Amino acid sequence: MRVRAFAKRNMKELLRDPLTLFFGLGFPLALLLLMTVIQRNVPVSIFELDTLAPGIALFGLTFMALFSGMLLAKDRSSAFLARLAASPMTAADFLLGYLLPLLPMAVGQSVICMAAAVALGLPLSWNLLAVVASLIPSALLFIALGLLCGTLFNDKQVGGMCGALLTNVTAFLAGIWFDLSLIGGGFKTFAYLLPFAHGADGARAALAGNWAALPGHLLWVSVWAAAVLALAIVLFRGRLVER
Amino acid sequence: MNAIQIMGLTKEYGNRRVVDRLELSIPAGELFALLGVNGAGKSTTIKMLSCLTVPTEGDAQLMGHSVRTQSHQAKEILAVSPQETAVAPGLTVAENLELMAGIYGRSKERVTQVMEQLGLTQWAKQRAKTLSGGWQRRLSIAMALVSQPEVLFLDEPTLGLDVLARRELWGVIRGLKGHTTIILTTHYLEEAESLAERIGIMNAGRLRAVGTAQELKALAGCDNFEDAFVALAGEEAAS
Repeated sequence: MRVRAFAKRNMKELLRDPLTLFFGLGFPLALLLLMTVIQRNVPVSIFELDTLAPGIALFGLTFMALFSGMLLAKDRSSAFLARLAASPMTAADFLLGYLLPLLPMAVGQSVICMAAAVALGLPLSWNLLAVVASLIPSALLFIALGLLCGTLFNDKQVGGMCGALLTNVTAFLAGIWFDLSLIGGGFKTFAYLLPFAHGADGARAALAGNWAALPGHLLWVSVWAAAVLALAIVLFRGRLVER
Repeated sequence: MNAIQIMGLTKEYGNRRVVDRLELSIPAGELFALLGVNGAGKSTTIKMLSCLTVPTEGDAQLMGHSVRTQSHQAKEILAVSPQETAVAPGLTVAENLELMAGIYGRSKERVTQVMEQLGLTQWAKQRAKTLSGGWQRRLSIAMALVSQPEVLFLDEPTLGLDVLARRELWGVIRGLKGHTTIILTTHYLEEAESLAERIGIMNAGRLRAVGTAQELKALAGCDNFEDAFVALAGEEAAS
């Protein structure tokens, strides 16, 4: 009941902010369109839709970290959170309340991104649904990263970390713009220790129907997501009550 | 029965003691005002009583629930209207109240009731961020009342409001007397004198004097409350 009431509030706050809709939906679509146009005008294969679209869908999810982090950081800087902290809400209630409304937004964003890719020429297939499903652990990961940042930093810092740093880190370490094997070595090894490349590879495997490769990628991202969320809850619990 | 029982409540930040062995009993239904200059320890006291800050020493019970060891039970029966206006800016008046009702498991009828009680019905569909300061404060208090708290903390409820808005809010607070136990902190001496049954004067973390406005004036040997406050808070602090 408490989580539902708080999640409803967060959903309304997010949907009533036009910047959320612009960055959440518009920016990934603009990137997809831009890269597709570039691909059509160069003689070599660099941004093919079957690798680009799942990557852009993952990249779009980085904005979920920005939304969750900003919302939490703004609440923390105001007396509104103090009021709620004096209510029977627990740290888990709070973070689930922030997470739950963002999850359907993330799924919706992935659906729109893949639908746009189809409109640009990606063949329509049932595997597109698997792509959307495979991105759910990544969505959870980015929301949890935002909650972790929102717990630790103020809204300006969250804007810098989740809006600039995380988007760029994800773009490079997930291999969205280039194949990680092109660099290889320590960079590639490091990238695959992190969850971002697994998130992108999982979505690409789902699109290609490469079901054998999918569980390994999803498990890696899921473990990271669970660990980051657990850390966010523990740290947020510490911030709720001043000692 | 005492709704609030404070026993040696102390808060230290490093070597600095901001609340010092506070002892106080407040009967159920009383409106008690905590007065003090900036840094007197009023807000820290409210934070400890509302389970937002853990006391360094001592304890307090709200309707028998310890703020140290039974904070979850205490949180079920308390509500806070913080010093800053604490509303969700993007939500309407009704949505803000529905949020609090949902968190405490209260019905939508309770929301309607509180909106009528505080004269907010006409603004029900207006977003909180578009309300004037006075109406935002009124909404902030309404959000604290939705849960039908047994103990209510009003931290500087009229800070920054103009005289008319302040007087209107006084009317709202007077309407709560007798039903809810209230601790109100304020800088405005006339506010404490007008609203509270008893007043506590804090300075440097200690409770210097407690009594009715008349008793405090008599104690200080002054004819007006401002002189009494200056005498009690200032002299004691200097001693």
